[in-house]
Amino acid sequence: MTGERRVVVTGLGVVSPLGIGRESLWDGLMTGRSVIGPVKAFDSSNLQSCLGGEVAPFKISQFVPKSLRKNAKVMARDIELAVVAAYEAVKDAGLRTRCLIDRGEVEGPPNVDPTRFGANIGAGLICTDLDELASAFSTAVDENGDFSLAKWGRGGMENLTPLWLLRSLPNMLACHVTIVQNAQAPSNTLTCGEASSHLAIGEAFRSIARGAADVCICGGAESKINPMAMVREALLGRIDVESDERPESACRPFAADRAGTVCSEGGGLVTLEDLDHAKQRGARIYAELVGFGASANTHSWSEPDPDGKGIARAIRSALSDAGVGADDIDLIVTFGTGVADQDASEAAAFGGVFGRRLDSIPAIATKGSLGTNGAGSGALDFAVGVMSMVQNTVVPSRNTEHADRRFGFRFAHGDPVDARIGHLLTVGYTLGGGQNAAIVVRRVEE
Amino acid sequence: MSRRVVITGMGWITPLGHDIDGVWAKLLDGVSGVGPTTLFHAETFPTQFSAEVDGFDLSDFLGPRATEHAGASRNTQFALAAAHQAWESAGLSSVDGLESDRVGVYLGGGEGPLDFDSFSEAAVKAWVSDSPDGPHLDVTRWVEVARRILDATTELEQEPNLAAGHLAVHFNAGGPCFNTLTACAASTQAIGEASAIIRRGDADVIISGGAHTMIHPLGVTGFNRLTALSMRNDSCMTASRPFDRDRDGFVLGEGAGIVILEDEQHARDRGATILADVVGYGSTADAFRVTDIHEDGRGAIAAMRLAIEDAGLSPEQIDYISAHGTGTEENDKIESLAIRAVFGDRASQVPISSIKSMLGHLIAAAGVVEIITCVLAIRNGVVPPTINYREPDPRCDLDYVPNESRRIEVETALSNSFGFGGQNDALIVTAHQAR
Repeated sequence: MTGERRVVVTGLGVVSPLGIGRESLWDGLMTGRSVIGPVKAFDSSNLQSCLGGEVAPFKISQFVPKSLRKNAKVMARDIELAVVAAYEAVKDAGLRTRCLIDRGEVEGPPNVDPTRFGANIGAGLICTDLDELASAFSTAVDENGDFSLAKWGRGGMENLTPLWLLRSLPNMLACHVTIVQNAQAPSNTLTCGEASSHLAIGEAFRSIARGAADVCICGGAESKINPMAMVREALLGRIDVESDERPESACRPFAADRAGTVCSEGGGLVTLEDLDHAKQRGARIYAELVGFGASANTHSWSEPDPDGKGIARAIRSALSDAGVGADDIDLIVTFGTGVADQDASEAAAFGGVFGRRLDSIPAIATKGSLGTNGAGSGALDFAVGVMSMVQNTVVPSRNTEHADRRFGFRFAHGDPVDARIGHLLTVGYTLGGGQNAAIVVRRVEE
Repeated sequence: MSRRVVITGMGWITPLGHDIDGVWAKLLDGVSGVGPTTLFHAETFPTQFSAEVDGFDLSDFLGPRATEHAGASRNTQFALAAAHQAWESAGLSSVDGLESDRVGVYLGGGEGPLDFDSFSEAAVKAWVSDSPDGPHLDVTRWVEVARRILDATTELEQEPNLAAGHLAVHFNAGGPCFNTLTACAASTQAIGEASAIIRRGDADVIISGGAHTMIHPLGVTGFNRLTALSMRNDSCMTASRPFDRDRDGFVLGEGAGIVILEDEQHARDRGATILADVVGYGSTADAFRVTDIHEDGRGAIAAMRLAIEDAGLSPEQIDYISAHGTGTEENDKIESLAIRAVFGDRASQVPISSIKSMLGHLIAAAGVVEIITCVLAIRNGVVPPTINYREPDPRCDLDYVPNESRRIEVETALSNSFGFGGQNDALIVTAHQAR
């Protein structure tokens, strides 16, 4: 579009069950590492499925400046994941932010103006720490052992930490990240479930393109690894409850016998930057963001559309925005959660847009490795797509060996596949709520 | 010529009523929507009052179509009703050939109320107070109880993006669909970001605004623990006193507001009545502290300046400010000094009012009802008061239109929304400039 600035990807910050940082994500996908297993963070034995993808323990103090360590005490898990992803994103981009300077990890003055540096971070409903809340509730029970609201108001609530609400608000991911990295430009917190990352990346793309900011770290983070979220996801019929004995095969995107997804946690923040700003500071440029489209389902807010019309609309809108056609796409990063009707809907959308050509286009599905982590999922997919483009390599997609051939996706199994990728397309959509989004990324030549 | 964004319809559900004209009349009369909390038993809570929406029935607005939205949480119902008013008032229900994928939704929508009874029951039943390992939560017991008593629909409908989802279906709006939850700034943010989408040409019409209710045990608990709420239980109708020396916190409200944002040419082509123009938006992050606003108001100052610059205006052209004005000690003091910094010597001549003095704080929906107020001020040449203003605070030394509405010609109005977590948004609307 005339008058708009060009936007490039200069950093990838990821944290997932495959590790912290893009290299461990890449290596884990290339080697098909299985990281799904019975949840260790708490006793998950009587959940509908005990399986989850967990991020290995880390010390949040290693990702924030010393002066802000006290902020770490009020970071819920989702916030920590965002803070880690942000650290990785700015470090990978070679940005000298307050965080890295204060930690002594980079030399030299800041190379980004805080008033031109923003954050757009997708988030889910932060599940409160049950221990903490139950402990406080337990001080407000009546003589029958039942919770008493009267006693709670009268004094029981004093046993809840004063900052409890601040730990649970979804916008606190962006709050903490903007403090740690000193990002004062337009920022946002999108809460659109699993579509959040794609929508945040797309909105940040627009923001930089029109000149409202020069750099934006964008994507999302969420942890479903807590009792509340896991009960909820299973209650909503999204979870593979048949694979507890065979965790390595839980979550089989697009498989004929797909039976649901696996709860996971993680986050991804992508560093998007104005092209001139990136060149001026000598940044390494991964790729260029060229198209974004978003849509809503109009037939239902709770059920996916068997024809995938909403997803198809978002895809077409992104292609048109990029000024390319379906024929120009060389790599598809599917969303593929393994939830039966959701996968069918997505497959119908891709079939509708790409027709018979679909089975000749390399495709990726990451959730057979990573599970689904809500607001963070899309950013992880985006990062994997960009890395594939840069490496001229399509990573294999775990658990897609038995993908239903009628869907027509061309996943790599076991071994990666060489491919020169000019344009990639990635999609994300909510499992409930009806929001859909798609992004097109173009290769930059050396 | 670049596209301009206009407002062609408005609707709201508020503690003072459920229609634009009726609520506006009450705001001008300085009526308070605050009373004892009835939505749950708050008699023993530190704060026992709030500004509740009364007598609300979705079928009054959607008729038989209300049953299509069975299971919608309270805030989603508010959003649907407000959107219905806005859509109708914009004349959109009688438009032929409105293309679905050119109509979007962008809300600042809050999460639905938690199923508190189930949640607290599960937590209490699973708590083990006497054990050799010390008191702890028996997770397996919690899971057992939760699996039994939680309801799938209730859990789904709590997600903050569900209101947007319901609206997209109800109005056949298949275009771009977003939900933001930047706390108290959310619906201002939604309108600002949605305007950018229209301006770019990615949609012609966007249903925008917000909806929220936090008047439930955990919501009130959370804010009481932060000492953010007024505790003036003996005089609750005077409790919300923005900028007053004796203010002691905000009053929690609930509700929704929706504006129909539209590309100006699209509105003209269909003969729509244009209510106002959206001309400027500024957004910043404090990047300062988790619990406190930046003491110099740097984020708020920058947001206001960005909005004014975005509008191609200068501070002298602002005729009225709808303040964030929550009635907390900190916000009102810092907002005042931020306005002083942006407007300089002229600051004390710009009338400023906070309708939170009457409606309470609608959290995610606060911004949109304040934008609607700005549009009404422009169209009617009168600004609402900040009520309960008795004792000036030397640190808040501006003109807050105390207690009585005032006839003023308002061509351009600025609305501020500053969220918990350091999000600052400012939006400017003007009388429609026909071109």
